[in-house]
Amino acid sequence: MKLTLKIWREGGMYASGKLETYKVEADEHMSFLEMLDVLNQQLIEEKKDPVAFDHDCREGICGSCSMVINGQPHGPQKGTTACQLHMRSYKNGDTITIEPFRAKSFPVIKDLVVDRSAFDRIIQAGGYVSVNTGQAPDGNAIPIEGDTAGKAFDAATCIGCGACVAACPNGSAMLFTSAKVAHLGLLPQGKVEHEARSQKMVAQMDKEGFGMCSNVGACEAECPKEISLENIARLNRSYIASVFSSE
Amino acid sequence: MKWILQFLTSSIGQKLIMSLTGLFLILFLTVHLIGNLSLLKSDGGAAFNAYSDFMGHNPLIQIISKGNFFFIFLHAIQGFVLYFKNKGAKGSKYAGKAKDKTSWASKNMALLGTLLLAFILMHLGHFYVRFKFFNDMPMVNQDGADILNTYQTVSEVFSNPIWIICYLIGLVALALHLKHGFASAFQTLGINHKKYTPIIKALGTGYSILIPIGFAIIPLYMYFIK
Repeated sequence: MKLTLKIWREGGMYASGKLETYKVEADEHMSFLEMLDVLNQQLIEEKKDPVAFDHDCREGICGSCSMVINGQPHGPQKGTTACQLHMRSYKNGDTITIEPFRAKSFPVIKDLVVDRSAFDRIIQAGGYVSVNTGQAPDGNAIPIEGDTAGKAFDAATCIGCGACVAACPNGSAMLFTSAKVAHLGLLPQGKVEHEARSQKMVAQMDKEGFGMCSNVGACEAECPKEISLENIARLNRSYIASVFSSE
Repeated sequence: MKWILQFLTSSIGQKLIMSLTGLFLILFLTVHLIGNLSLLKSDGGAAFNAYSDFMGHNPLIQIISKGNFFFIFLHAIQGFVLYFKNKGAKGSKYAGKAKDKTSWASKNMALLGTLLLAFILMHLGHFYVRFKFFNDMPMVNQDGADILNTYQTVSEVFSNPIWIICYLIGLVALALHLKHGFASAFQTLGINHKKYTPIIKALGTGYSILIPIGFAIIPLYMYFIK
């Protein structure tokens, strides 16, 4: 299939950033990133600057790929990362606009690559368990109710890709932060530091300059792991409670 | 004491201010509508005059009324702060256009809120300011006492179709603002539950339709039927 791509180029020779148009011939069996690989090979052969984009596992679990395809983070397929999106979702003659994630806290490094280290700093602020939880058998020795384990696991599926921030009209990181707080706080090993964690991670999130959640729900709609807004309510709850109960 | 300031300036603290003031204003709307429905009575305005005399002189109501003004002010100021901070956090928009999966109202709460603020100022100018600060109010003798004939002022305003249209526009903005605001206030408080959230959402939708319709009936009834 013949495609027209409009890709955001920024950094290097495109200092101010603009959309450039490219033609590429793709196969319906290719993944979206493989299609970009074909384009980059073409650009290299033409002695042009290839398009920079983040990728790592290409299995939908690492959270590296970050691009907005026709206005949607990770593209049109629900619950799917850009690397798992396949060209069979497109047809011959389509025009596809590809842009980087847009948020003040995610500055563009080059083309489609943005700096998401703000997420790392939120994790560093409290996204860990600092007590010794033992080995795997110790984990299995603690009974956890199935529903709770399920909720913790659902939250833990967050790959930290930042699509929630990219989709949010406020550039808010509440879905990411709340998923991380929920995945640790729902389990007995993480519960010990739950309230302090809520406070520390929210404080860091605010410090990074992310916007404030106004419950629009765009994050949940675009999340490739379909993380629920329920987590945001849970974080609101634990944060408010911890502010009043902590000493 | 530093923790209070820290909390109220945190992102969740600021959202909590929006939520709690919003819920208070939601309650206020119910009381306001129930009282105002007395305008529909065919008694020459006696019931409404007695009601507004009571509201204007009861000390408890007077305290709540000041609180109400303060909450409107706080909700508006905090709303503007949120709007500008969030706009700054978003940065530039996408060139690609996707089918929108979210509601228009949820993304335009600031616009709707600004319209509502303009509406409230007009509304206060029509009634509250006249009742409180002007000496040209018509009086009426009811139950042996001279009280303000607020009913007459209301019917004068609602005899002008332009004002009626302004009120109806304000009520459409109110409906949309409540459509998102009602359920959103609960989510911000941390109330999201498989059992209760569908009920809250249904109540919010019902409320956002019924309350503006209730208010809209008053000027329309007074103009077309009375």
